[in-house]
Amino acid sequence: MPDPAIQTKNLTRKFGDFTAVDNITFEVEQGEIFGFLGANGAGKTTAMLMLTGLLIPTSGNAWVSGKDVYRQAEAIKKNIGYMSQKFSLYDDLTSEENIRFYGGIYGIPDKELNSKIDAVINSLGLKDVRNKLVRSLPLGWKQKLAFSIAILHNPSIVFLDEPTGGVDPVTRRQFWEKIYEVSDQGITVFVTTHYMDEAEYCDRISIMVDGRMDAIGSPRELKANFESGSIEDVFIKLARGAKRGEG
Amino acid sequence: MNSVVNISSVSKWFGKVRALKEVSFEVKQGELFGVIGPDGAGKTTLFRIINTLLVPDEGSAMVLDRNAVKDYKQIRPQLGYMPGRFSLYQDLTVEENLKFFASVFGTTIDENYELVKPIYSQLEKFKTRLAGDLSGGMKQKLALSCALIHKPELLLLDEPTTGVDAVSRKEFWEMLQMLKKEGITIIVSTPYMDEADLCERVALIQEGEILQIDTPQAIVDSFERTLLGIKAANTYALLNALKSYSQAHSVQPFGEYVHYTEKTGSPNLVALKTYLFDRGLEQVEIKPIKPNIEDSFMELMQAKGEEAHA
Repeated sequence: MPDPAIQTKNLTRKFGDFTAVDNITFEVEQGEIFGFLGANGAGKTTAMLMLTGLLIPTSGNAWVSGKDVYRQAEAIKKNIGYMSQKFSLYDDLTSEENIRFYGGIYGIPDKELNSKIDAVINSLGLKDVRNKLVRSLPLGWKQKLAFSIAILHNPSIVFLDEPTGGVDPVTRRQFWEKIYEVSDQGITVFVTTHYMDEAEYCDRISIMVDGRMDAIGSPRELKANFESGSIEDVFIKLARGAKRGEG
Repeated sequence: MNSVVNISSVSKWFGKVRALKEVSFEVKQGELFGVIGPDGAGKTTLFRIINTLLVPDEGSAMVLDRNAVKDYKQIRPQLGYMPGRFSLYQDLTVEENLKFFASVFGTTIDENYELVKPIYSQLEKFKTRLAGDLSGGMKQKLALSCALIHKPELLLLDEPTTGVDAVSRKEFWEMLQMLKKEGITIIVSTPYMDEADLCERVALIQEGEILQIDTPQAIVDSFERTLLGIKAANTYALLNALKSYSQAHSVQPFGEYVHYTEKTGSPNLVALKTYLFDRGLEQVEIKPIKPNIEDSFMELMQAKGEEAHA
Protein backbone atom coordinates (compact mmCIF):
# COMPACT_ATOMS: atom_id res chain seq x y z
CA MET A 1 0.00 0.00 0.00
CA PRO A 2 1.46 3.40 -0.93
CA ASP A 3 1.21 6.18 1.63
CA PRO A 4 -1.97 8.21 1.35
CA ALA A 5 -1.48 11.47 -0.55
CA ILE A 6 -2.93 13.33 2.42
CA GLN A 7 -3.53 12.06 5.92
CA THR A 8 -4.78 14.08 8.89
CA LYS A 9 -5.50 13.14 12.52
CA ASN A 10 -7.54 15.49 14.71
CA LEU A 11 -6.17 18.43 12.78
CA THR A 12 -7.19 21.66 14.54
CA ARG A 13 -6.51 25.36 14.10
CA LYS A 14 -7.67 28.06 16.47
CA PHE A 15 -7.50 31.81 16.09
CA GLY A 16 -7.86 33.12 19.64
CA ASP A 17 -11.15 31.66 20.97
CA PHE A 18 -12.32 30.76 17.51
CA THR A 19 -11.80 27.19 16.29
CA ALA A 20 -11.59 27.54 12.51
CA VAL A 21 -10.78 23.86 11.91
CA ASP A 22 -12.06 21.49 14.56
CA ASN A 23 -10.50 18.02 14.87
CA ILE A 24 -10.67 16.83 11.30
CA THR A 25 -9.44 13.34 10.45
CA PHE A 26 -9.39 12.07 6.89
CA GLU A 27 -7.28 10.54 4.16
CA VAL A 28 -6.96 11.19 0.44
CA GLU A 29 -5.60 8.33 -1.65
CA GLN A 30 -2.98 8.77 -4.32
CA GLY A 31 -4.40 9.60 -7.73
CA GLU A 32 -7.82 10.43 -6.32
CA ILE A 33 -9.93 13.43 -7.34
CA PHE A 34 -11.03 14.74 -3.95
CA GLY A 35 -13.68 17.46 -3.70
CA PHE A 36 -13.40 19.65 -0.61
CA LEU A 37 -16.74 21.33 -0.02
CA GLY A 38 -18.19 23.54 2.67
CA ALA A 39 -20.23 26.68 3.24
CA ASN A 40 -18.55 30.09 3.32
CA GLY A 41 -16.65 30.33 6.59
CA ALA A 42 -16.73 26.57 7.28
CA GLY A 43 -12.93 26.41 7.53
CA LYS A 44 -11.93 25.19 4.05
CA THR A 45 -9.31 27.87 3.43
CA THR A 46 -7.72 27.42 6.85
CA ALA A 47 -7.52 23.65 6.30
CA MET A 48 -5.98 24.16 2.87
CA LEU A 49 -3.39 26.57 4.26
CA MET A 50 -2.30 23.93 6.75
CA LEU A 51 -2.13 21.18 4.11
CA THR A 52 -0.03 23.35 1.80
CA GLY A 53 2.51 24.10 4.54
CA LEU A 54 1.53 27.76 4.88
CA LEU A 55 -0.06 27.68 8.33
CA ILE A 56 1.03 25.73 11.42
CA PRO A 57 -1.78 23.75 13.09
CA THR A 58 -2.72 24.41 16.71
CA SER A 59 -2.96 20.67 17.41
CA GLY A 60 -3.36 17.34 15.66
CA ASN A 61 -1.30 15.93 12.82
CA ALA A 62 -1.16 16.02 9.06
CA TRP A 63 1.09 14.46 6.46
CA VAL A 64 1.10 15.48 2.82
CA SER A 65 2.93 13.12 0.47
CA GLY A 66 4.16 11.42 3.61
CA LYS A 67 5.72 14.67 4.90
CA ASP A 68 4.89 16.24 8.24
CA VAL A 69 3.25 19.68 8.05
CA TYR A 70 5.03 20.83 11.24
CA ARG A 71 8.57 19.88 10.33
CA GLN A 72 8.68 19.48 6.56
CA ALA A 73 6.65 22.39 5.24
CA GLU A 74 9.31 23.32 2.68
CA ALA A 75 9.50 19.77 1.33
CA ILE A 76 5.69 19.78 1.03
CA LYS A 77 5.74 23.00 -0.98
CA LYS A 78 8.12 21.43 -3.51
CA ASN A 79 5.86 18.41 -3.87
CA ILE A 80 2.58 20.15 -4.46
CA GLY A 81 1.02 22.44 -7.02
CA TYR A 82 -1.43 25.18 -6.04
CA MET A 83 -3.84 27.24 -8.05
CA SER A 84 -6.19 29.85 -6.65
CA GLN A 85 -9.07 31.54 -8.40
CA LYS A 86 -8.07 35.02 -7.35
CA PHE A 87 -4.39 35.14 -8.06
CA SER A 88 -2.41 32.68 -10.05
CA LEU A 89 -0.85 34.50 -13.01
CA TYR A 90 0.94 37.80 -13.54
CA ASP A 91 -1.30 39.89 -15.77
CA ASP A 92 1.57 42.03 -17.02
CA LEU A 93 3.68 39.09 -18.18
CA THR A 94 2.99 37.07 -21.35
CA SER A 95 1.82 33.43 -21.27
CA GLU A 96 5.36 32.29 -22.01
CA GLU A 97 6.90 34.55 -19.36
CA ASN A 98 4.45 33.29 -16.75
CA ILE A 99 5.42 29.68 -17.45
CA ARG A 100 9.11 30.59 -17.42
CA PHE A 101 8.75 32.49 -14.14
CA TYR A 102 7.08 29.62 -12.27
CA GLY A 103 9.42 27.09 -13.86
CA GLY A 104 12.33 29.15 -12.53
CA ILE A 105 10.85 29.27 -9.03
CA TYR A 106 10.55 25.49 -8.97
CA GLY A 107 14.11 25.14 -10.25
CA ILE A 108 13.29 23.36 -13.51
CA PRO A 109 16.51 23.27 -15.63
CA ASP A 110 16.45 25.58 -18.68
CA LYS A 111 16.55 22.87 -21.30
CA GLU A 112 13.69 20.95 -19.76
CA LEU A 113 11.78 24.18 -19.18
CA ASN A 114 11.99 25.19 -22.84
CA SER A 115 10.47 21.94 -23.99
CA LYS A 116 7.81 22.18 -21.25
CA ILE A 117 6.89 25.68 -22.37
CA ASP A 118 6.36 24.46 -25.93
CA ALA A 119 4.36 21.50 -24.69
CA VAL A 120 2.03 23.67 -22.58
CA ILE A 121 1.58 26.31 -25.28
CA ASN A 122 0.75 23.66 -27.88
CA SER A 123 -1.57 21.60 -25.72
CA LEU A 124 -3.60 24.69 -24.75
CA GLY A 125 -3.65 26.10 -28.30
CA LEU A 126 -1.96 29.31 -27.13
CA LYS A 127 0.51 29.57 -30.04
CA ASP A 128 -0.99 32.76 -31.41
CA VAL A 129 -1.07 34.49 -28.05
CA ARG A 130 2.16 33.13 -26.60
CA ASN A 131 3.72 36.62 -26.56
CA LYS A 132 0.62 38.51 -25.52
CA LEU A 133 0.10 39.79 -22.02
CA VAL A 134 -1.99 37.44 -19.92
CA ARG A 135 -4.25 40.41 -19.12
CA SER A 136 -5.73 40.24 -22.63
CA LEU A 137 -6.69 36.54 -22.43
CA PRO A 138 -10.24 35.37 -21.68
CA LEU A 139 -10.73 34.08 -18.13
CA GLY A 140 -11.18 30.46 -19.24
CA TRP A 141 -7.83 30.45 -21.04
CA LYS A 142 -6.12 32.01 -18.05
CA GLN A 143 -7.49 29.33 -15.77
CA LYS A 144 -6.33 26.53 -18.08
CA LEU A 145 -2.89 28.15 -18.27
CA ALA A 146 -2.75 28.57 -14.49
CA PHE A 147 -3.61 24.89 -14.08
CA SER A 148 -0.87 23.80 -16.49
CA ILE A 149 1.59 25.95 -14.57
CA ALA A 150 0.48 24.46 -11.24
CA ILE A 151 1.48 20.99 -12.48
CA LEU A 152 4.59 22.09 -14.42
CA HIS A 153 7.02 20.68 -11.83
CA ASN A 154 5.26 17.28 -11.76
CA PRO A 155 3.87 17.58 -8.24
CA SER A 156 2.34 14.54 -6.61
CA ILE A 157 -0.69 16.58 -5.48
CA VAL A 158 -2.34 19.65 -6.94
CA PHE A 159 -4.60 21.92 -4.87
CA LEU A 160 -7.22 23.82 -6.85
CA ASP A 161 -9.12 26.54 -5.00
CA GLU A 162 -12.33 27.33 -6.89
CA PRO A 163 -10.65 26.99 -10.29
CA THR A 164 -13.85 27.36 -12.33
CA GLY A 165 -15.64 30.29 -10.64
CA GLY A 166 -17.26 32.50 -13.29
CA VAL A 167 -15.93 30.44 -16.20
CA ASP A 168 -18.34 29.72 -19.09
CA PRO A 169 -20.01 26.29 -19.10
CA VAL A 170 -18.06 24.89 -22.04
CA THR A 171 -14.65 25.97 -20.71
CA ARG A 172 -15.63 24.81 -17.22
CA ARG A 173 -16.07 21.30 -18.61
CA GLN A 174 -12.86 21.47 -20.62
CA PHE A 175 -11.19 22.33 -17.35
CA TRP A 176 -12.61 19.22 -15.72
CA GLU A 177 -11.36 17.08 -18.60
CA LYS A 178 -7.88 18.42 -17.79
CA ILE A 179 -8.45 17.36 -14.19
CA TYR A 180 -9.38 13.83 -15.34
CA GLU A 181 -6.32 13.79 -17.54
CA VAL A 182 -3.85 14.63 -14.77
CA SER A 183 -5.62 12.28 -12.36
CA ASP A 184 -5.19 9.56 -14.99
CA GLN A 185 -1.45 10.30 -14.91
CA GLY A 186 -1.46 9.60 -11.18
CA ILE A 187 -1.52 13.15 -9.77
CA THR A 188 -3.82 13.56 -6.78
CA VAL A 189 -6.31 16.41 -7.23
CA PHE A 190 -7.69 18.30 -4.22
CA VAL A 191 -10.34 20.75 -5.41
CA THR A 192 -12.86 23.20 -3.94
CA THR A 193 -15.91 24.45 -5.82
CA HIS A 194 -19.28 26.13 -5.37
CA TYR A 195 -20.71 24.29 -8.39
CA MET A 196 -22.46 21.29 -6.93
CA ASP A 197 -22.55 19.44 -10.26
CA GLU A 198 -18.75 19.50 -10.20
CA ALA A 199 -18.81 17.70 -6.86
CA GLU A 200 -20.25 14.74 -8.76
CA TYR A 201 -17.14 14.55 -10.94
CA CYS A 202 -15.00 13.76 -7.91
CA ASP A 203 -14.07 10.24 -6.75
CA ARG A 204 -14.83 11.28 -3.19
CA ILE A 205 -15.93 14.48 -1.50
CA SER A 206 -16.01 15.87 2.00
CA ILE A 207 -18.35 18.53 3.37
CA MET A 208 -17.20 20.85 6.14
CA VAL A 209 -19.66 22.52 8.51
CA ASP A 210 -18.54 24.88 11.30
CA GLY A 211 -14.95 23.63 11.18
CA ARG A 212 -15.91 19.96 11.37
CA MET A 213 -15.90 17.41 8.59
CA ASP A 214 -19.52 16.28 8.76
CA ALA A 215 -19.53 14.00 5.72
CA ILE A 216 -17.04 12.18 3.56
CA GLY A 217 -17.51 9.57 0.86
CA SER A 218 -18.16 9.02 -2.82
CA PRO A 219 -20.97 11.14 -4.30
CA ARG A 220 -23.06 8.00 -4.58
CA GLU A 221 -22.53 7.02 -0.93
CA LEU A 222 -23.39 10.50 0.32
CA LYS A 223 -26.56 10.69 -1.72
CA ALA A 224 -27.61 7.28 -0.37
CA ASN A 225 -26.70 8.12 3.25
CA PHE A 226 -28.53 11.43 3.21
CA GLU A 227 -31.41 10.13 1.08
CA SER A 228 -30.90 12.92 -1.43
CA GLY A 229 -31.18 13.05 -5.19
CA SER A 230 -28.19 15.31 -5.67
CA ILE A 231 -25.07 16.53 -3.90
CA GLU A 232 -26.68 19.96 -3.74
CA ASP A 233 -29.44 18.51 -1.54
CA VAL A 234 -26.89 16.77 0.67
CA PHE A 235 -24.98 20.02 1.00
CA ILE A 236 -28.05 22.05 1.87
CA LYS A 237 -29.20 19.47 4.45
CA LEU A 238 -25.82 19.67 6.19
CA ALA A 239 -25.06 23.36 5.84
CA ARG A 240 -28.54 24.57 6.86
CA GLY A 241 -27.70 23.42 10.37
CA ALA A 242 -24.53 25.51 10.46
CA LYS A 243 -24.13 27.94 13.35
CA ARG A 244 -21.51 30.06 11.61
CA GLY A 245 -22.32 32.38 8.79
CA GLU A 246 -24.60 34.09 11.28
CA GLY A 247 -23.03 37.48 11.67
CA MET B 1 -45.77 52.27 -18.14
CA ASN B 2 -45.21 48.78 -19.51
CA SER B 3 -41.55 48.51 -20.14
CA VAL B 4 -39.26 49.59 -17.32
CA VAL B 5 -36.11 49.09 -19.34
CA ASN B 6 -35.87 49.25 -23.10
CA ILE B 7 -32.44 48.63 -24.58
CA SER B 8 -32.17 49.02 -28.32
CA SER B 9 -29.11 48.00 -30.40
CA VAL B 10 -26.66 49.04 -27.71
CA SER B 11 -22.95 48.64 -28.40
CA LYS B 12 -20.10 49.63 -26.11
CA TRP B 13 -16.38 49.65 -26.85
CA PHE B 14 -13.43 49.76 -24.46
CA GLY B 15 -10.50 50.57 -26.72
CA LYS B 16 -10.45 47.82 -29.32
CA VAL B 17 -12.67 45.52 -27.31
CA ARG B 18 -16.38 45.52 -28.06
CA ALA B 19 -17.90 44.70 -24.68
CA LEU B 20 -21.49 44.81 -25.96
CA LYS B 21 -22.58 44.08 -29.51
CA GLU B 22 -25.98 45.39 -30.64
CA VAL B 23 -27.80 44.28 -27.54
CA SER B 24 -31.58 44.76 -27.45
CA PHE B 25 -34.17 43.73 -24.88
CA GLU B 26 -37.07 44.94 -22.81
CA VAL B 27 -37.93 44.38 -19.18
CA LYS B 28 -41.55 44.76 -18.16
CA GLN B 29 -43.00 46.29 -15.02
CA GLY B 30 -42.76 43.92 -12.07
CA GLU B 31 -40.68 41.35 -13.89
CA LEU B 32 -37.84 39.29 -12.41
CA PHE B 33 -35.41 39.29 -15.31
CA GLY B 34 -32.13 37.36 -15.37
CA VAL B 35 -28.97 38.16 -17.32
CA ILE B 36 -27.12 34.86 -17.46
CA GLY B 37 -23.56 34.48 -18.68
CA PRO B 38 -19.95 33.81 -17.68
CA ASP B 39 -17.34 36.37 -16.59
CA GLY B 40 -16.42 38.72 -19.41
CA ALA B 41 -19.77 38.30 -21.19
CA GLY B 42 -20.62 41.99 -20.73
CA LYS B 43 -23.07 41.75 -17.83
CA THR B 44 -21.54 44.52 -15.72
CA THR B 45 -21.17 46.85 -18.71
CA LEU B 46 -24.84 46.33 -19.47
CA PHE B 47 -25.83 47.07 -15.87
CA ARG B 48 -23.76 50.25 -15.85
CA ILE B 49 -25.51 51.47 -18.97
CA ILE B 50 -28.90 50.79 -17.41
CA ASN B 51 -27.95 52.54 -14.16
CA THR B 52 -26.68 55.58 -16.14
CA LEU B 53 -23.04 55.26 -15.07
CA LEU B 54 -21.86 54.46 -18.61
CA VAL B 55 -22.92 55.99 -21.91
CA PRO B 56 -23.49 53.57 -24.81
CA ASP B 57 -21.42 54.15 -27.98
CA GLU B 58 -24.32 53.12 -30.21
CA GLY B 59 -28.01 52.48 -29.67
CA SER B 60 -30.30 53.79 -26.97
CA ALA B 61 -31.28 52.90 -23.43
CA MET B 62 -34.62 53.95 -21.96
CA VAL B 63 -35.03 53.43 -18.23
CA LEU B 64 -38.32 54.13 -16.44
CA ASP B 65 -39.52 55.90 -19.61
CA ARG B 66 -36.57 58.27 -19.61
CA ASN B 67 -33.44 58.49 -21.68
CA ALA B 68 -30.55 56.98 -19.72
CA VAL B 69 -28.05 59.46 -21.16
CA LYS B 70 -29.95 62.74 -20.96
CA ASP B 71 -32.22 62.18 -17.98
CA TYR B 72 -29.83 60.43 -15.62
CA LYS B 73 -30.60 62.82 -12.79
CA GLN B 74 -34.28 61.85 -12.77
CA ILE B 75 -33.52 58.14 -13.18
CA ARG B 76 -30.92 57.65 -10.45
CA PRO B 77 -33.13 58.31 -7.38
CA GLN B 78 -35.50 55.59 -8.58
CA LEU B 79 -32.83 52.92 -8.94
CA GLY B 80 -31.41 50.51 -6.39
CA TYR B 81 -28.06 49.12 -7.44
CA MET B 82 -26.03 46.35 -5.86
CA PRO B 83 -22.68 46.10 -7.63
CA GLY B 84 -20.80 42.84 -7.94
CA ARG B 85 -18.10 43.75 -5.47
CA PHE B 86 -19.57 44.65 -2.14
CA SER B 87 -20.75 48.21 -2.00
CA LEU B 88 -20.68 48.56 1.75
CA TYR B 89 -18.48 50.74 3.89
CA GLN B 90 -16.41 48.16 5.76
CA ASP B 91 -15.52 50.59 8.54
CA LEU B 92 -19.10 51.60 9.30
CA THR B 93 -21.42 49.42 11.37
CA VAL B 94 -24.40 47.57 9.94
CA GLU B 95 -26.79 50.26 11.10
CA GLU B 96 -24.55 53.14 9.99
CA ASN B 97 -24.37 51.69 6.49
CA LEU B 98 -28.13 51.50 6.19
CA LYS B 99 -28.56 55.00 7.65
CA PHE B 100 -25.98 56.36 5.24
CA PHE B 101 -27.71 54.94 2.16
CA ALA B 102 -31.10 56.16 3.40
CA SER B 103 -29.76 59.70 3.95
CA VAL B 104 -28.07 59.85 0.54
CA PHE B 105 -31.49 59.24 -1.02
CA GLY B 106 -33.17 61.76 1.29
CA THR B 107 -35.09 59.23 3.36
CA THR B 108 -34.86 57.45 6.71
CA ILE B 109 -34.80 53.84 7.86
CA ASP B 110 -38.16 54.31 9.59
CA GLU B 111 -39.88 55.60 6.49
CA ASN B 112 -39.30 52.43 4.43
CA TYR B 113 -38.66 49.96 7.21
CA GLU B 114 -41.51 47.65 6.17
CA LEU B 115 -39.90 46.96 2.82
CA VAL B 116 -36.50 45.95 4.18
CA LYS B 117 -37.78 44.39 7.41
CA PRO B 118 -37.83 40.72 6.28
CA ILE B 119 -34.17 40.99 5.25
CA TYR B 120 -32.80 43.55 7.69
CA SER B 121 -34.43 41.99 10.76
CA GLN B 122 -32.02 39.05 10.38
CA LEU B 123 -29.17 41.53 10.80
CA GLU B 124 -30.52 43.67 13.61
CA LYS B 125 -28.86 41.71 16.38
CA PHE B 126 -25.53 42.60 14.77
CA LYS B 127 -26.36 46.24 14.08
CA THR B 128 -23.35 47.58 15.99
CA ARG B 129 -20.91 45.25 14.20
CA LEU B 130 -18.64 46.67 11.48
CA ALA B 131 -19.75 45.63 8.01
CA GLY B 132 -16.20 44.41 7.34
CA ASP B 133 -16.61 41.80 10.08
CA LEU B 134 -19.76 40.20 8.64
CA SER B 135 -19.79 36.83 6.88
CA GLY B 136 -20.33 36.75 3.10
CA GLY B 137 -24.01 35.83 3.36
CA MET B 138 -24.71 38.59 5.88
CA LYS B 139 -22.84 41.23 3.86
CA GLN B 140 -24.99 40.31 0.92
CA LYS B 141 -28.16 40.77 2.97
CA LEU B 142 -26.97 44.16 4.20
CA ALA B 143 -26.03 45.26 0.68
CA LEU B 144 -29.50 44.29 -0.51
CA SER B 145 -31.11 46.23 2.37
CA CYS B 146 -29.01 49.29 1.46
CA ALA B 147 -30.04 49.05 -2.21
CA LEU B 148 -33.71 48.89 -1.16
CA ILE B 149 -33.95 51.46 1.62
CA HIS B 150 -35.16 54.28 -0.66
CA LYS B 151 -37.89 52.07 -2.14
CA PRO B 152 -36.62 52.03 -5.75
CA GLU B 153 -38.80 51.28 -8.77
CA LEU B 154 -36.08 49.16 -10.30
CA LEU B 155 -33.54 46.98 -8.54
CA LEU B 156 -30.30 46.10 -10.35
CA LEU B 157 -28.34 43.26 -8.79
CA ASP B 158 -25.01 42.50 -10.43
CA GLU B 159 -23.88 38.96 -9.55
CA PRO B 160 -25.25 38.98 -6.00
CA THR B 161 -24.60 35.24 -5.55
CA THR B 162 -21.13 34.87 -7.03
CA GLY B 163 -18.77 33.04 -4.69
CA VAL B 164 -21.58 32.50 -2.20
CA ASP B 165 -22.30 28.97 -0.99
CA ALA B 166 -25.35 26.96 -2.07
CA VAL B 167 -27.33 27.63 1.12
CA SER B 168 -26.91 31.43 1.05
CA ARG B 169 -27.67 31.44 -2.68
CA LYS B 170 -30.94 29.67 -2.03
CA GLU B 171 -31.89 32.12 0.73
CA PHE B 172 -31.02 35.08 -1.47
CA TRP B 173 -33.32 33.88 -4.25
CA GLU B 174 -36.12 33.41 -1.71
CA MET B 175 -35.68 37.09 -0.76
CA LEU B 176 -35.92 38.12 -4.43
CA GLN B 177 -39.17 36.18 -4.88
CA MET B 178 -40.54 38.08 -1.90
CA LEU B 179 -39.49 41.49 -3.28
CA LYS B 180 -41.05 40.63 -6.58
CA LYS B 181 -44.37 40.24 -4.78
CA GLU B 182 -43.97 43.85 -3.61
CA GLY B 183 -44.08 44.85 -7.27
CA ILE B 184 -40.44 45.88 -7.63
CA THR B 185 -38.91 45.22 -11.05
CA ILE B 186 -35.69 43.25 -10.63
CA ILE B 187 -32.85 42.67 -13.06
CA VAL B 188 -30.28 40.22 -11.73
CA SER B 189 -27.16 38.84 -13.33
CA THR B 190 -25.48 35.54 -12.53
CA PRO B 191 -22.87 33.17 -13.91
CA TYR B 192 -24.76 30.20 -12.36
CA MET B 193 -26.89 28.73 -15.12
CA ASP B 194 -29.14 26.84 -12.69
CA GLU B 195 -30.39 30.17 -11.28
CA ALA B 196 -32.05 30.93 -14.63
CA ASP B 197 -34.98 28.75 -13.59
CA LEU B 198 -35.75 31.16 -10.76
CA CYS B 199 -36.33 34.08 -13.17
CA GLU B 200 -39.42 34.80 -15.23
CA ARG B 201 -37.43 35.58 -18.34
CA VAL B 202 -33.75 35.46 -19.03
CA ALA B 203 -31.24 36.78 -21.53
CA LEU B 204 -28.36 34.37 -22.18
CA ILE B 205 -25.29 36.45 -22.90
CA GLN B 206 -21.82 35.49 -24.15
CA GLU B 207 -18.98 37.66 -25.45
CA GLY B 208 -21.12 40.78 -25.55
CA GLU B 209 -23.91 39.21 -27.57
CA ILE B 210 -27.30 37.96 -26.52
CA LEU B 211 -27.71 34.31 -27.53
CA GLN B 212 -31.41 34.01 -26.65
CA ILE B 213 -34.11 35.79 -24.63
CA ASP B 214 -37.15 33.96 -23.38
CA THR B 215 -38.71 32.19 -20.41
CA PRO B 216 -36.46 29.44 -19.04
CA GLN B 217 -39.04 26.86 -20.11
CA ALA B 218 -39.24 28.15 -23.69
CA ILE B 219 -35.45 28.12 -23.93
CA VAL B 220 -35.13 24.47 -22.98
CA ASP B 221 -38.15 23.61 -25.14
CA SER B 222 -36.33 25.02 -28.15
CA PHE B 223 -33.49 22.50 -27.69
CA GLU B 224 -33.95 20.45 -30.85
CA ARG B 225 -31.66 17.46 -30.51
CA THR B 226 -32.34 14.28 -28.58
CA LEU B 227 -30.28 14.49 -25.42
CA LEU B 228 -28.89 11.35 -23.81
CA GLY B 229 -27.43 10.93 -20.35
CA ILE B 230 -24.65 8.33 -20.35
CA LYS B 231 -22.78 6.88 -17.42
CA ALA B 232 -20.01 4.26 -17.13
CA ALA B 233 -17.65 2.93 -14.48
CA ASN B 234 -14.86 5.20 -15.71
CA THR B 235 -16.08 8.68 -16.66
CA TYR B 236 -12.80 9.81 -18.20
CA ALA B 237 -12.62 6.75 -20.50
CA LEU B 238 -16.29 7.33 -21.40
CA LEU B 239 -15.63 10.97 -22.33
CA ASN B 240 -12.71 10.03 -24.55
CA ALA B 241 -14.68 7.22 -26.23
CA LEU B 242 -17.70 9.43 -26.94
CA LYS B 243 -15.54 12.26 -28.31
CA SER B 244 -13.94 9.99 -30.86
CA TYR B 245 -17.28 8.47 -31.96
CA SER B 246 -18.08 9.44 -35.54
CA GLN B 247 -21.71 10.43 -34.82
CA ALA B 248 -20.95 12.64 -31.78
CA HIS B 249 -22.17 16.25 -31.92
CA SER B 250 -21.63 17.27 -28.29
CA VAL B 251 -20.14 15.46 -25.30
CA GLN B 252 -20.32 17.30 -21.98
CA PRO B 253 -19.88 16.02 -18.44
CA PHE B 254 -22.87 16.88 -16.20
CA GLY B 255 -22.55 15.58 -12.66
CA GLU B 256 -22.68 11.82 -12.70
CA TYR B 257 -23.85 11.62 -16.33
CA VAL B 258 -22.28 12.72 -19.58
CA HIS B 259 -24.73 14.66 -21.75
CA TYR B 260 -24.49 13.57 -25.36
CA THR B 261 -26.10 14.51 -28.69
CA GLU B 262 -25.55 13.22 -32.20
CA LYS B 263 -25.11 15.09 -35.46
CA THR B 264 -28.30 13.74 -37.02
CA GLY B 265 -30.37 14.73 -34.01
CA SER B 266 -31.83 11.31 -33.14
CA PRO B 267 -29.21 8.76 -32.12
CA ASN B 268 -29.03 5.08 -32.98
CA LEU B 269 -28.88 3.55 -29.51
CA VAL B 270 -27.89 0.06 -30.62
CA ALA B 271 -24.91 1.34 -32.62
CA LEU B 272 -23.85 3.58 -29.75
CA LYS B 273 -24.07 0.77 -27.17
CA THR B 274 -22.10 -1.57 -29.41
CA TYR B 275 -19.44 1.04 -29.93
CA LEU B 276 -19.03 1.72 -26.21
CA PHE B 277 -18.93 -2.02 -25.50
CA ASP B 278 -16.20 -2.46 -28.14
CA ARG B 279 -14.21 0.32 -26.48
CA GLY B 280 -14.16 -1.77 -23.33
CA LEU B 281 -16.42 0.44 -21.19
CA GLU B 282 -18.14 -1.21 -18.27
CA GLN B 283 -21.45 -0.61 -16.49
CA VAL B 284 -22.72 1.57 -19.30
CA GLU B 285 -26.13 3.15 -18.75
CA ILE B 286 -27.86 5.26 -21.40
CA LYS B 287 -31.11 7.13 -20.89
CA PRO B 288 -32.91 9.98 -22.63
CA ILE B 289 -32.97 13.12 -20.49
CA LYS B 290 -34.51 16.58 -20.57
CA PRO B 291 -32.14 19.40 -21.41
CA ASN B 292 -31.59 22.19 -18.89
CA ILE B 293 -30.55 25.82 -19.40
CA GLU B 294 -26.87 24.93 -19.37
CA ASP B 295 -27.39 22.41 -22.21
CA SER B 296 -29.17 25.13 -24.17
CA PHE B 297 -26.47 27.67 -23.43
CA MET B 298 -23.73 25.34 -24.64
CA GLU B 299 -25.68 24.35 -27.76
CA LEU B 300 -26.15 28.05 -28.60
CA MET B 301 -22.45 28.72 -27.97
CA GLN B 302 -21.48 25.81 -30.20
CA ALA B 303 -23.84 26.94 -32.96
CA LYS B 304 -22.40 30.46 -32.79
CA GLY B 305 -18.86 29.09 -32.91
CA GLU B 306 -19.64 27.03 -36.01
CA GLU B 307 -21.29 30.03 -37.65
CA ALA B 308 -18.17 32.12 -36.98
CA HIS B 309 -15.93 29.49 -38.55
CA ALA B 310 -18.20 28.79 -41.53
